[in-house]
Amino acid sequence: MKFLCVDCDKQMAFEERQLPGDGTLAATFKCPSCGRVVAMLTNPMETQLVSSLGVEIGGRTVPAQPLETVRKMVATGRDDAFEDRAEHGARSSPSWSAEAHERLARVPNFVRGMVKRIYADYAKERGIAEITPAVMDTARAELGLEGM
Amino acid sequence: MSPIRTYHELTEADRSGLPEQIGAQRKRVAERLAGVGRVIAVMSGKGGVGKSYVTAHLARALAGSGRSVGVLDADLNGPTIPRLLGIDHVPLPTPHDAVAPAISAEGVKCISMGMLIEDGAPLAFKGPSAESFVWRGAMEAAALRELLGDVAWGTLDVLLLDLPPGMQRYVELCDILGAPPAVLTVTIPTPESRDAVRRAMRAAVDRGSRLLGIVENMVGSQFVGSAGDDLAAEFGTPVLARVLWYPTPDTWTALGARL
Repeated sequence: MKFLCVDCDKQMAFEERQLPGDGTLAATFKCPSCGRVVAMLTNPMETQLVSSLGVEIGGRTVPAQPLETVRKMVATGRDDAFEDRAEHGARSSPSWSAEAHERLARVPNFVRGMVKRIYADYAKERGIAEITPAVMDTARAELGLEGM
Repeated sequence: MSPIRTYHELTEADRSGLPEQIGAQRKRVAERLAGVGRVIAVMSGKGGVGKSYVTAHLARALAGSGRSVGVLDADLNGPTIPRLLGIDHVPLPTPHDAVAPAISAEGVKCISMGMLIEDGAPLAFKGPSAESFVWRGAMEAAALRELLGDVAWGTLDVLLLDLPPGMQRYVELCDILGAPPAVLTVTIPTPESRDAVRRAMRAAVDRGSRLLGIVENMVGSQFVGSAGDDLAAEFGTPVLARVLWYPTPDTWTALGARL
């Protein structure tokens, strides 16, 4: 997609990109001749299609990480799919004790992934290395997750 | 108003560089597969004929005969290859700019969406729920491109691509690879399977794929017909194996030797 300033017959140059967080995308383009600025606003479906191409409007500022689309866009991705890279300073995913695993297995299938992620995020944020039933109880009380 | 210039007539520098970004993705796939001797798509127009079963056993047989083999499970919505290869989940290392594939006990390298999504969960993407059909196919194609281009396949004699039923993934694969892959077709003996597989083989020929041959699976008393021979005669390609309900290991060794 390109933008043409019809009055000047000049190709407009990309200026800025914004992701408001509601699934839409805004990008501004400026005419290098007259300075007119237009904004391209894409709806969530159009934004999604751009994402599926694995491209960045405005150009890439950092190289794509391996399996970037899978990591960013899959809603049911597992927390422990990848080993964290120490050189990036990432904290490792907490491990699960056998008892915690058993308890997690009793959570209905369709929400298990979400529940697992909540507990994992809770443990990561607090530097907890292993998730046990006691950790789950504490998290449940602190986060108001009764029934999980 | 004077005529507006067309897209291709606007040649000023574009900061987004979207064509260059797409070009870089294609280059990445090509570079990643540079060490792969042969890319073979295992496909069928029919579901439930045993493509994944054949793929996994063939991979094991090839590895057993000393060849370096990889399997990409391109059935993103119904991944079964890790289980068929006996690969348990372990977090995948991500050295440098690629993900290391899992490796089976026989030495088969493997990547599958089954390793990347929660056990028992469907492949679901973040995004608008309304009219998701508009973008879901594109997301799956992007995932396929990453499984090809972001996995450190290294040097392989053969990379087997286990495709889901239908033709969509095959078409995506041709676009991503930039050239049609060689095709190994799987069918069962029935006329219903023959008719569905014929369409897939025709599409593969139309796209320019080389047909390596046919594996007729589930041969025996349950399914009656001559799909393997019919398709072989029609497309001028050999029946490489007839796989019984309870095949012996040499079935797969013989198939591997004929590829």
